[in-house]
Amino acid sequence: MTKKLKKRLQRILAAAVLFAAGMLMPHSIPYAHAVLLIAAYLLVGYDVLLKAVRNIRRGKIFDENFLMTIATFGAFGLGDFDEAAAVMLFYQIGEFFQTYAINRSRKSISDLMDIRPDYANLRREDGSVETVDPEEVRVGDVILIKAGERVPLDAVVIDGHSALDTSALTGESLPRDVACGDAILSGCINQNGLLTARVTKEFGESTVSKVLDLVENASSKKSTSENFISKFAKYYTPTVVFAALALAVIPPLFGSDFATCFKGALIFLVISCPCALVISIPLSFFGGIGGAAKRGVLVKGSNYLEALAQADTIVFDKTGTLTRGVFEVEQLCPSEGTAPEELLMLAACAESYSSHPIALSLRKAYGRDIDESRVTDVSEIAGKGLSARVEGRLVYAGNRRLMDQIGCPCPEAPDYATVVYVACDGRFMGYILLGDVLKEDSVQAIRELKNVGIRQTVMLTGDNKAAGERVGSMLGLDQIYTQLLPGDKVDKVEALLAAQKDGAKLAFVGDGINDAPVLARADIGIAMGGLGSDAAIEAADIVIMTDEPSKIATAIRIARKTLGIAKQNTVFALTVKLCVMVLGAFGKANMWAAVFADVGVAFLAILNSLRALNTEKL
Amino acid sequence: MKKTFKLEDLDCANCAAAMERGINALDGVNSATVNFMGMKLILDADDARFEEILKAAQKVADKYDTTIVR
Repeated sequence: MTKKLKKRLQRILAAAVLFAAGMLMPHSIPYAHAVLLIAAYLLVGYDVLLKAVRNIRRGKIFDENFLMTIATFGAFGLGDFDEAAAVMLFYQIGEFFQTYAINRSRKSISDLMDIRPDYANLRREDGSVETVDPEEVRVGDVILIKAGERVPLDAVVIDGHSALDTSALTGESLPRDVACGDAILSGCINQNGLLTARVTKEFGESTVSKVLDLVENASSKKSTSENFISKFAKYYTPTVVFAALALAVIPPLFGSDFATCFKGALIFLVISCPCALVISIPLSFFGGIGGAAKRGVLVKGSNYLEALAQADTIVFDKTGTLTRGVFEVEQLCPSEGTAPEELLMLAACAESYSSHPIALSLRKAYGRDIDESRVTDVSEIAGKGLSARVEGRLVYAGNRRLMDQIGCPCPEAPDYATVVYVACDGRFMGYILLGDVLKEDSVQAIRELKNVGIRQTVMLTGDNKAAGERVGSMLGLDQIYTQLLPGDKVDKVEALLAAQKDGAKLAFVGDGINDAPVLARADIGIAMGGLGSDAAIEAADIVIMTDEPSKIATAIRIARKTLGIAKQNTVFALTVKLCVMVLGAFGKANMWAAVFADVGVAFLAILNSLRALNTEKL
Repeated sequence: MKKTFKLEDLDCANCAAAMERGINALDGVNSATVNFMGMKLILDADDARFEEILKAAQKVADKYDTTIVR
């Protein structure tokens, strides 16, 4: 609690004591009752009165201080001293709790975003190390990152190795090992070893600054519910104030009791502040965006979070989004009498001089170092493959046409993957299937999207039909469009958009590398693997920092929870206010109820919106 | 030019919203956003008259007892 807030609390407590004394004072002592209550009123409410006077001079009426002043003066005028003092006291108690809750939520949000590095250990040319502000470090400078410290700027490791905790950026708890030559991102925490690194980006351009900037500015893109509330608030207060005036003037003209009507009008005035509404909606979104960031999902605006909650179609790019985008050996199919290891060994050795992606993945699958002296006479056969002598044996590795050329009979391989046929000394040894493998959580990602009620999942790919449909059926996608050129993807998304029902949104998920037009065209553009990729962060509305498609369902859950909270707050605040107003108009509510409808509701709404911050349980 | 300023004593959400409307209505302001939770003002205004506009914005903020920290 801040000093200012503590002082306020003391003042409220002192006034509460005076108020209690006034209420208990026997009426036989003349004026004691009234004096104590007025003292309590002035002690607790003098700042409200002062502000009201100052604001009127500045031409600001309909200000809550002014309204409270009028309402309490009215109560005094009716001779309800205890009610006037009580209303001011409870108004201040409510305000106190409201400020307290706001401070708390500001703090929890800033704790959440507390990934800004405070300093950098800069190594000077003479070898001395100095602690400086990260802003002062230039590209090319050498910095030291000790165990337990945060990486201050994006850099490349030049010495040392360690495990990095990237959870602040990705929500991923598994540490990432880094060694000499690896890029490290600002915001990560060095867990054990000492790292020496060369800075690659200035602070303002570093990942941590970009992420913070993005999340903090997300509130400038407002959701429709926020826009609705701020418009509503603009008309709400004047309307209620005029209603109060009407209530005080019109019914007495027709013979109603003036005191009752006047009291009803005062109740209206107390309720006329729209604070509970105005604060709780943006706060829910702010919490939701902060909570999502904690899980490694960056949302660039409340409007996107809102749209995501309404998404019913998710369109995926295949390569790099659902699959890893690299070739991997999927299956070894040796001919009879051949060991699988031998097949792989022959292929890997024959391809040992090649830098083709297929060769790389064969060697990776083989996993052992190849003694290059074992491989001789390598010659490439354009468009078909290559031949080489492996320990003296003549090996051919390549496509089917190569087998035809050397006259080696071989069986038909499936057409959904890339195939490498291997023959050795004129005998067919088998074939190896290579494919772009699915990410570990792709299957789970699609299943979870179905669980959260997404109507259709669609995949777009430039691959051939067999390969695309195989991936599609493995994942259980609803629609698959294959053999698309980059331009076709925009057309497809446009066609899907046109087929959408009103109010249902379409999200496109890509890796942000060459699908910027599609990301921009969809209602919501989601880029995967944003960690360290500026392109993805620029192009998309929502960035998933890790490579996990399953985070999309998480983001949808966060969005829906946030919107739910915002809706609860709106309905709750409006209902309570309306009820008290109706009761007040018929003389059935007192000012205490009105104070609750104002500050009490705001306090409860703030507490409720804090739930949006919690994204661990969805 | 777009600049971000910290706001002091921004205590009420309705004030933040009203202040945002007020600053947006100023001549020369392209867009102004008051971030209540982050206690920030993001002001995008004419380069040439930025100082002057900032002063006018402070006048609006005065109504809500809020200070724009430079």
